[in-house]
Amino acid sequence: MTHAPHKDYAGAKLGMWLFLFTEILLFGGLFVLYAVYLARYPHEFSTGGHQLNVVLGGTNTFLLVTSSLFAAMSLTAIQQNKRQLTLRLIGGTILCAAGFMVIKYIEWTAKFHHGIFPGSEHILTGPPGESVFFSLYFLSTGIHGLHVLIGATLLGVVARRVCIGTITATDFVMLENSVLYWHLVDLVWIFIFPLYYLML
Amino acid sequence: MRSADQGQLVTERSFWTDTGRRGIGAWIFSTDHKRIGLLYFYSVLTFFLVGVILGLLIRIELVAPGRTIMDAQTYNAVFTVHGVVMIFLFIIPGIPGSFGNMVMPIQIGAPDVSFPRLNLFSWWLYAIGTVLVLTSLFTGGGAPDTGWTFYVPFSARTTTNVSLALFGVFILGFSSILTGLNFVTTIHRMRAVGMTWSRIPLFTWSLYATAWVQILATPILGITLVLVIAERMLGTGLFDAARGGDPIMFQHLFWIYSHPAVYIMILPAMGIISDIIPVFSRKPIFGYKMIAFSSLAIAAAGSLVWGHHMFTSGMSDTAVLVFSFLTFIVAIPSAIKVFNWVSTLYRGSITLDPPMLFALSFILLFSIGGLTGLILGAAATDVHVHDTHFVVGHFHYVMFGGTGFAFFAAMHYWLPKFYGRMYRKRPAVIAWALMFVGFNVLYFSMKVLGMRGMPRRYYDYLPEFARLNLVATVGSWILAVGLVIMLVNLFRGLFWGEPFDGNPWGGATLEWSTSTPPPTLNFTTAPVVTHGPYDFTTVAYDSHNGNANERPQP
Amino acid sequence: MTTHTGEHHIISFGKLIAVWAALLFLTAVTILVTRFDLGGLKVICALTVACTKAGLVIAFFMHMKYEYRLLQILLIVALVTLAIFIGLTFFDVLYR
Repeated sequence: MTHAPHKDYAGAKLGMWLFLFTEILLFGGLFVLYAVYLARYPHEFSTGGHQLNVVLGGTNTFLLVTSSLFAAMSLTAIQQNKRQLTLRLIGGTILCAAGFMVIKYIEWTAKFHHGIFPGSEHILTGPPGESVFFSLYFLSTGIHGLHVLIGATLLGVVARRVCIGTITATDFVMLENSVLYWHLVDLVWIFIFPLYYLML
Repeated sequence: MRSADQGQLVTERSFWTDTGRRGIGAWIFSTDHKRIGLLYFYSVLTFFLVGVILGLLIRIELVAPGRTIMDAQTYNAVFTVHGVVMIFLFIIPGIPGSFGNMVMPIQIGAPDVSFPRLNLFSWWLYAIGTVLVLTSLFTGGGAPDTGWTFYVPFSARTTTNVSLALFGVFILGFSSILTGLNFVTTIHRMRAVGMTWSRIPLFTWSLYATAWVQILATPILGITLVLVIAERMLGTGLFDAARGGDPIMFQHLFWIYSHPAVYIMILPAMGIISDIIPVFSRKPIFGYKMIAFSSLAIAAAGSLVWGHHMFTSGMSDTAVLVFSFLTFIVAIPSAIKVFNWVSTLYRGSITLDPPMLFALSFILLFSIGGLTGLILGAAATDVHVHDTHFVVGHFHYVMFGGTGFAFFAAMHYWLPKFYGRMYRKRPAVIAWALMFVGFNVLYFSMKVLGMRGMPRRYYDYLPEFARLNLVATVGSWILAVGLVIMLVNLFRGLFWGEPFDGNPWGGATLEWSTSTPPPTLNFTTAPVVTHGPYDFTTVAYDSHNGNANERPQP
Repeated sequence: MTTHTGEHHIISFGKLIAVWAALLFLTAVTILVTRFDLGGLKVICALTVACTKAGLVIAFFMHMKYEYRLLQILLIVALVTLAIFIGLTFFDVLYR
């Protein structure tokens, strides 16, 4: 089927934003549960929260914020037709993402070593609120981690497109949309970090 | 689907003949919104028929007390699958996927939707989700037996194949989101020159409101299903009361989506009715702006009322009060629509063609369904009839009498346009009459049964309910006979019927101004819109032979 | 549909880096503040800072400040919807 070439820049971006809304609502479901269970088990949530490592969480926050900066800069770079710089910045973003995932891995393994994972002996015998806290923690960070992986893959595809020249200074909507997605990943972490690591 | 060269009447190139690929590939890889619409149409129609057969089986089982044709576990699986198939495979993707895809871009004068490939992907996700759901019936621990609502704690514990079905529904939800996203973008960005917001046909308006519900509510279902899967696979215990979880939170999350989903089902149907009534009354729609606005109002208000499904669940009394009050607000925009349709009919020059008959019965059946909904929305009366056959009767009046009949109306109204051939009207009218009678016999009996205390989803019942159950089952047979006649007549007409040209009903919306069947990019020259969608002064129409022409502008 | 003419706003590196610095500063603030035992105030502090950070990311990194009005309104609609979902749920949770 041949279609008249149709490039609607604002339309493509509107579509991406609508998709981001669905992502916000998806994590919103988890935040609803968090809010409800925090109201019910403030004490157990506090005990659980103090078992999380603020240093690792803080490092990850730094990494994601920085990766977000690189991503935003890559958009500016492509708009100014600086291809090499764009590629380097996207590379930086993906590198930060990799660092984030490594630290996440370290954190999760440490928890597993202490016998803390959904359905473990430690959790099943502990107070009910703590089981809820850690289940929510693993689900939220797990689903967020999945989004980090998807976002990094997407940026990898974008980098390839910049290389072969299908993303250019005049046609960069795919880069802009992927960067938007990456910022969403950052946004979600901006809330996960204080909710689980800091305020309990 | 007929082969491409069968339509000899197609003088100019239509979307049937104009294709790069051959065979099935020309369909399942096509990004043309009309082809995707037809793919959706035949998919959802197939599953509608599957659901109908399961429904008939349920009615046969309930024809007399005790075991009739199946054991209790099979019965649980059959009503679960009936619900899952009808809700997730037919009625949610139904109208937006099929007629929304086929008609909406033409109605706003666009060559296609904003993201044609995403549109195709959305159908593929539908197909994949469908395969997963169907696989779950025959693998693992057997067909799910939870009811379509998948309530915990049972859904977290039952050994039947719930996880796979949940994953299938998750994929279907993703498909629904992509359709909604595509439609919102299309309606914002692709309108033809002169197609202002106050000239958009009301069907498109209703799809716009629906699309917003799809975008904002479906993700909540997605995460809920993921949580139940995690509950089953990982033992997260988020909904397990023994481990500090709260099963009622599942119900909250589930209904945060599934109540707005009711409006995903009914809003496009209301849009169809708003488009059909003025055409067959030869009168501009009464209160265009209010109908368009009420679609948005229903979408908004419908997102606030999910708690009315949970009055007997152990929710707080305050919440019961709040949700009961909010529920009554939804009645206002719904009533605005009904009153405006009736006002459009008033002193119109009404033609009782098949689409109009279905549309008129929609108004009656939807009103009955809606008003009995208020009985369920009021907390005090709900406690009495909760989880009885009264509820079953109520939502079938709204979903089948409403959306189903609107779907049939749309089939009789728009499908000839896409096939270029007309069905015979007399058998269609007979089929409509049978279905209308069968429908009321079937579901009104259910309402009475519910009032007398017969619970829903029960395998067996007390002898005093026997007579009305028999009546209901006979009603289901009348309904089924009407349905068969309708489908046979309609498809005979579409494949082999009388060819016609252009505008058989004298519609003034854009889809009637393009050639029949429409060309691949919908219009040979980009349309410029100069009048509203129900301005019939621009169409010269002869209701006797069904000929309509563009009336020359003075 | 003529609200957006396809002009793209380019945000300078300087401005982006300034936003990044602000984000890191806010992160440091929220970590420090929550080390003290402030009770319920802690939740309010942490969430206020988080919302400010999110606002910065949305406005500058995601260009929302320079987008056309419609997109800004739609974003608010989505966020209000989420707030309503959380809020109405609490009619049950708080009064049970």
